[in-house]
Amino acid sequence: MIKDKIITKGLNLHYGTNHALKDVDMSIKEKAITAFIGPSGCGKSTFLKTLNRMNDLVPGVVIEGSVILDGENIYDPRVDTTLLRKKIGMVFQQPNPFPMSIYDNVAYGPRIHGIKSKAKLDEIVEQSLIGAALFDEVKDRLKKSALGLSGGQQQRLCIARALAVEPEVLLMDEPTSALDPISTLKIEDLMSELKDKYTVAIVTHNMQQAARISDYTAFFLVGEVVEFAATDTLFTRPVDKRTEDYITGRFG
Amino acid sequence: MPTSNSIFNKKVRPLDAIAHIVIYLFASVSIFLLAGIVSYVAYRGLSSINWSFLTTVPSALKGTFGIAGNIVNTLYIIIITLLIAVPFGVGAAIYLNEYAKPGKMVQLIEFTTETLAGIPSIVFGLFGYVFFGITLNLGYSILTGSLTLVLMVLPLITRNTQEALKTVPSSYRSGALGIGATKWYMIRTILLPSAMPGIITGIILSIGRIVGESAALLFTAGSGRLLPKVGEYGEGLFQKVLQPGGTLTIELYLSMEKAQYDVAFGIAFVLLSIVLGINLLTKFLSRKFDVNRQS
Amino acid sequence: MTARLSFEYELNVLKENLKEMGQLIEAAIEKTLKAFETQDEVLSKDIIQGDRTINDIEKTIESRCLSLILKQQPVARDLRIVTTALKVVTDMERIGDHAADIAELIIREKRQPIYNLAKHIPEMGRVAKEMVHDAVQAFTSLNMEDAKEIIKRDDVVDDLFDKVKEEVASLLRSSSEHVDQCVDILMIAKYFERIGDHAVNICEWTEFRETGSVNNIRIL
Repeated sequence: MIKDKIITKGLNLHYGTNHALKDVDMSIKEKAITAFIGPSGCGKSTFLKTLNRMNDLVPGVVIEGSVILDGENIYDPRVDTTLLRKKIGMVFQQPNPFPMSIYDNVAYGPRIHGIKSKAKLDEIVEQSLIGAALFDEVKDRLKKSALGLSGGQQQRLCIARALAVEPEVLLMDEPTSALDPISTLKIEDLMSELKDKYTVAIVTHNMQQAARISDYTAFFLVGEVVEFAATDTLFTRPVDKRTEDYITGRFG
Repeated sequence: MPTSNSIFNKKVRPLDAIAHIVIYLFASVSIFLLAGIVSYVAYRGLSSINWSFLTTVPSALKGTFGIAGNIVNTLYIIIITLLIAVPFGVGAAIYLNEYAKPGKMVQLIEFTTETLAGIPSIVFGLFGYVFFGITLNLGYSILTGSLTLVLMVLPLITRNTQEALKTVPSSYRSGALGIGATKWYMIRTILLPSAMPGIITGIILSIGRIVGESAALLFTAGSGRLLPKVGEYGEGLFQKVLQPGGTLTIELYLSMEKAQYDVAFGIAFVLLSIVLGINLLTKFLSRKFDVNRQS
Repeated sequence: MTARLSFEYELNVLKENLKEMGQLIEAAIEKTLKAFETQDEVLSKDIIQGDRTINDIEKTIESRCLSLILKQQPVARDLRIVTTALKVVTDMERIGDHAADIAELIIREKRQPIYNLAKHIPEMGRVAKEMVHDAVQAFTSLNMEDAKEIIKRDDVVDDLFDKVKEEVASLLRSSSEHVDQCVDILMIAKYFERIGDHAVNICEWTEFRETGSVNNIRIL
């Protein structure tokens, strides 16, 4: 039996007068890749961001319902968002390395959480870069600015930066939409490796990508989850007509 | 022979040519004006500049009339003004950009700051003289002058810092917060380093303003020309802050009043050199602190 | 259904091609049956000639399907439509081949009274022909119920084949006069039996296209 890592119950999100998420009930399986697909503005990105409370930063957002991570509601007032985000890391659509060295980028998270020892940081940086399949490409220029890397390398650096705090869940918001096809395939390979250790949730506009890499897929439409199933099932025998129309490209 | 469809039919466009010439003309006039002023000041000023001019203070006893005291006063006022204005200005910018909810209040504060920057400096002088000098009983002193100048340069620093903060991509913010950084940690480690070139620009502009100011200082910092009397342990250094002291610009003004044009041009040349030095320093520092370099 | 107009168009063309191929093989079997009954050499040659057309259209459909997979990356139902087309053309092409094979045997056996040897063959041919006709019909009209019913009819063809086999065997036991003809008769019967099997396959692919399973075995 595969364990549920995150369970959302009756999750509603209002942004001003916009009801952006409607009663979302979902379970995200541990050590698997769950993909969220759907047309622009369907709420898939918003949903992803509610999973590590990144929506808290947006003024005017009201969230109801619960998001249970390992039995604890992340919207409980006792939650420390720093600890939450240590457990649930995030990789964004645009590669966003900080304007500092490659080393400092990866060490940024561990330093937040109080790691100061040079030897320990060295090890974390190396392991994280290896984990993100970037180490060999950058090992000779760790002290150089991260902004000198290519787009694909920058995105893998951001993944390394997220891995450096040893998260349990990795949220990825269209992580390859700004990358060329070869970099995209590298990141996809990387994701398949990551799921041995991490629970991965990914938002993607690319349905082939969802079909290639994910184990489960949820189809969102105007703030609702229309269909949530094993990826093999959803892409071959969708139950809902709207899902079928969307994945076969007949969504008008 | 090119056909009618060929791209070889190059046309003459007279309006473009005229605009080209006019623009060059305007640019040349500006450059010549600047070069003219600088060389005239240099020509007149250099003749009165010598070692004694730069290192002595006016003394009837010794027969010297140097500007060393004014140079020191200028440095005093620059340093004290910045020590107060930078933390306040940068702090205000961070508040306005990162903490305050965008809305009427922020707009009001920003509008006020902009207006502050447009007030004639003599108004600041009047206020400084009455409030700092008389009400707070600081008298004619370098401190009174500096506090008055703080009011004047605060908008410069706030504005420049704010502009710099605005250019920091929001993805840096969400990236840092997304791996668990607190807001202040994010500001300290990401935003301030990224905004550093902008902050430095604000500081440099402020120094320019301070160096060039006369009206606001005449009735606040006064026109003292003496060097601080520094004791064995440096004790006189701080007393000086509460004593009157005229900057180079004040002295220039006074020299002109007394029709000592040679002295005035000498001071003017020193001022020009300082401004040039500051500008070069800006370029250097902005480049040094530019975190966005890709190497 | 506004999006993917060119994909929709391509799928329609594919459907038309399959229909056309279905009509061609139906006609081939009908001619084969007639040629067998009348020992018509000209008609037989016509059947052999017609098989080339069937092979050509098979290649056209295959190429169309591969190009659709490459360019449109179909999923779900679209994927089943395209892959089913790829599989079904193989069965249809075989049916065409078998009709041509039978036609060749007819030419070889002309003027020989083989018709009397196996009176069950015409019936086999009729059942097989109807199966093919109905299978193609079910396939093009997406009728799964018909498809299931057609599959059952294969037993009739199989039974008839057994009867032909017994007759040929008993004939061979009684005399060695018509050995060559007996073998040919058996071959013709076998070809008709195979045609029935291919019709069954077409029905199974029809079921797959609708459900993703064949005989309750999940394929996609």
